[in-house]
Parts: sequence; structure tokens; C-alpha cells
Amino acid sequence: MSATPTLTERAGALFHRYANPGRFLRLGVKLQPWLTWPALILSVTGLVWGLFFSPADWQQGDSVRIMYVHVPCAWLASSGYFALAVCSVLSLVWRHPLADLAAVEIGPVGACVTATCLATGSLWGKPMWGTWWVWDARLTSVLVLFFLYLGHIALIRGFDDPQRGYRAAAILALAGAVDLPIIKFSVQWWNTLHQPDSITLRGAPTMSHAMLWPLLVCTLGFTLGFAAIVVARLRAGVMESRIRSLLSSPRRNGEADTSGAVGEYAA
Amino acid sequence: MTHLPYIITSYGLAIGLALFLSIGAALRLRRDRARLAALEATRGAGRARGTGQGETA
Repeated sequence: MSATPTLTERAGALFHRYANPGRFLRLGVKLQPWLTWPALILSVTGLVWGLFFSPADWQQGDSVRIMYVHVPCAWLASSGYFALAVCSVLSLVWRHPLADLAAVEIGPVGACVTATCLATGSLWGKPMWGTWWVWDARLTSVLVLFFLYLGHIALIRGFDDPQRGYRAAAILALAGAVDLPIIKFSVQWWNTLHQPDSITLRGAPTMSHAMLWPLLVCTLGFTLGFAAIVVARLRAGVMESRIRSLLSSPRRNGEADTSGAVGEYAA
Repeated sequence: MTHLPYIITSYGLAIGLALFLSIGAALRLRRDRARLAALEATRGAGRARGTGQGETA
């Protein structure tokens, strides 16, 4: 009989490599500056470039500069939810403990980014469309995504037994992932007021390179910033989990702690 | 610059959100690190007592 591990087992082994909280914290400490500083530099560069040095649009005028915050937020709203769905698979299939903690921390950040996407979209829509809001397919599907985030946040914290909350929220995140292709293709499937995608994988971008570059810099900076915030929150979440276990573990008059875990979290 | 109030509000929202989330995460991390260090120091002292280390004859 062959003892060769299956693909699922190999993937599980890879993911479980970082199931050890101490190992994840050490990785997080190393990763944090490599995410934070490039995020800061790229975001500031991209925003200043977009605000002061990129050209105005011949139709939209300077309001097109809202794109440099709106598009990265829209990208992060969808990709943050995709990350949530990946965490859900890791949680449901492999019972990965860090995937549950990551889902707890990604939810609020994703909800804030989605709210900013909706708000900046409204601020762009008012001068261009003459209205703050329309029940357009793209706008409505992003609003549904925002409610999915809120539902996930409520569900994952809504049970006395955290494991039940993790399971329920993971199922919601997976079911809600159906909204992601709807968001992406809404501008093709329906007649919408929202403009079609300017950047696609199949063709050349339909915008000037003078606008495209600051947009890409902003998007990369915001993405690294999102990752930096999630890693920082996840490190805090792991420490809080450790604090809870230390506070709840029975100690009888200075009895020796044989877990060998003390000091493992010191980073 | 045309539509300046809309542009400024959009940038303000994005920068405000980034500051809120990053400062919140940094403060939480600092607080948790201090709490965990204090707890582990207490535990370490308890363990040392339990195994007889640090005790004077």
C-alpha cells in the first residue's frame, strides 16, 4: 500500500504548519514591517500622485481623482471577502485554528473598507450622476456585500461557544461568496449606471497610463495596508486567546506549568 | 480644481479609516503584549516556586 500523502493531506500539512500560534507570532513579527512601511510609502505616493499630478478627465473633470481611493477600496472589499471565504474553507475542512481567528479579524476591516467604497462611490456619483444613490446592480451587490460582512461579524461573535460561532460564520461566508462574481459581472449582465471595468485581464486598460500608474500604486499600497492591519489584529487576537487560556487554566498554589508554552508567545 | 468638496471628503474618509484601523490595531497589540508579558511573568514565577527554583535554603 502506498503511503504517499494525498493533495488534501499535503495542503493540510502546509496550512497546519502555521496552526502553532507561537510560530505564527514569530512570522507575524518578521512580516509586519515588510507590510507596514511599503504600504505607507506606496499609499502616500499614490494618493499625492493621484491628487496633484495626474491629469483631470476630459468628461468628469477633477472628480475622477476620487477613483484613486474608490477603486482600491472596491478591490479590497471583494478580495477581503474572498480571503474570508478561504478562511472558511480552511476552518470547515481542516479545522485550522488560525483560520477562525483570521476570519474574526478580517471581518471588521473588510466591513470598514466596503463602507468607505460605498461612501466614496456616493461622493463620486453625486456630481457625475446627479444623485447619491441608485438601486443599480453594481451598487446594490456591493451593499449586499457590506451586509454580508456585518452578518459575519455578528454571527462569529454571537454564540457562547466560539466554535459554534466560527462554524456558522464560515458557512455564511461561503454562501455569501456567490455575491463576488455578481459584483464583478454586474456591469456586463445588466444595464447599469455604473461604468464598466476599465482594467481587465483580457484587454488593454481603457484609461490613460497617466491615470493608470497612480491607481496601481494606490491599489498596491492599500492592499499591503489591509494585510498589515489584518496581521497586526491577528497577532493581537492570538495573544488575547493565549491570555484567556492562561486566565482560565487551573493553577493550584503555584503548581508547575508543564505545558511548556510559557515564553513561546514572547515575540 | 472642480468638485473639490467631494474629492476632499473622499480622501479624508479613506485616510481617516486607515488611521483609525492602524492606530486601533497598534494600541491593541501594545496592550495585549503588555498583558501577556505580565501574565507569563506571574506564571514563570509560580513555576519557579513550584519546581523549587529561586528558593533560599
